[in-house]
Amino acid sequence: MELQLPGIGEWVAAFLTLCAFSFLYKDNILYRFAESVFVGVSFGYYIGLAKINTLEPNLFRPLFGNFGEQWSLIVPFLLGVILYLRYIPKLAWVSNWSLAVYIGYYIGVNLLQRLQGEILPQAKGTMLPLNVGLWPTLCNLVVIIGVVTVLIYFFFSSPHKGVLKPTARIGIYFLMISFGASFGYTVMGRVSLLIGRLTFLVNDWARPLVHGAFGG
Amino acid sequence: MKRQVPIMLAITASFLPVIAFFFPNAWINEWFNRKLDEWMVIIASFAFLLGIVSMVQVNLHKVRRRQKGWIFSVIILVSFAIMASCGLFGAQGERENGTLYPFTWIFQFIYAPMQATMFSLLAFYVASASYRAFRVKNMEASLLLIGALIIMFGRIPFGALIHPVVPDLAEWIMRFPNAAAQRGIIIGAALGAASMSIRVMVGIERPYLGKS
Repeated sequence: MELQLPGIGEWVAAFLTLCAFSFLYKDNILYRFAESVFVGVSFGYYIGLAKINTLEPNLFRPLFGNFGEQWSLIVPFLLGVILYLRYIPKLAWVSNWSLAVYIGYYIGVNLLQRLQGEILPQAKGTMLPLNVGLWPTLCNLVVIIGVVTVLIYFFFSSPHKGVLKPTARIGIYFLMISFGASFGYTVMGRVSLLIGRLTFLVNDWARPLVHGAFGG
Repeated sequence: MKRQVPIMLAITASFLPVIAFFFPNAWINEWFNRKLDEWMVIIASFAFLLGIVSMVQVNLHKVRRRQKGWIFSVIILVSFAIMASCGLFGAQGERENGTLYPFTWIFQFIYAPMQATMFSLLAFYVASASYRAFRVKNMEASLLLIGALIIMFGRIPFGALIHPVVPDLAEWIMRFPNAAAQRGIIIGAALGAASMSIRVMVGIERPYLGKS
């Protein structure tokens, strides 16, 4: 297989990757440099995304290209611009109007989503049959007990005394198993990313470089 | 004007999706659902840009005052300016000759590798956190650790080599105890969020007024 010398992109990516990994030794100037580049580029990237994916196709192009049909887009445009009035102290209070519309609308959407999309389906999913053979019944029982005890653990309106105390304790055990599972997945995800970065450093940068320098 | 108008706007806006849900009519659906969804995404973009203005202000302030680490603020501002101008004034994707436009180039060779590297660094810290969890000798920590180990070994080929039952056990944990706990968390959080929504809808909570 012929290996191509790493291009400038690979050099930049390898340099920044090594700078970031240098933090494993201790906090140093190279790490701070890479971190600052990443922060700046991230903000710039999201500005680009906002323009390319939202503002241009949903606001500027329809509003200025077909004003007759899309005149109503003036409303979100003005509400968006009003947000910046917070930089004019005398008019800062007007920016609350946009926030009020935005928060209000999503509060309404949120209420429906929570009730219709989460509480009802999850409650329905917990109502499981207990007459389906020994093992499936036991498994269903685990789910029912788990949901009820976790909910009791999160019930803070009365102190966890009497029967609530051991029930909430069982809820904690269920939560710990679940957090353990999430923790396991997180570890695997991070290790997978680490393998990806090391593979890049070795296969895309170091190996072609050594191969190019010494011949193969 | 300063208090009543935002309260009225918020209450009105919060009832629009509810009305659209209970009165499924083409006109209501078009205006109260589809158009408003579109509008909110636009307002969110403006709000996001507002956050960026704030970031620029903070870093400029640091540079002007020559505060500790100001040079890194310069790096943040310069890299931000370069990427933002590529995003705002340039195209994205690939040119006809196969080379990348600057916005995509920076994404591919700076943003994506740095993001993966920053997250992969956490692998080392997670490892040290696991070590600390190992040393805590109580029932909760043990359950957390046993759950994590079974899931990790159950999802890799090595798990089946330890014992053939490990992958099945991992699957069982995911399907039953984990699902039960997640369901409890989802229902609890959703009940809390729904009650909070109602408080905002009737004007008891007014997060949009800020500190004023």
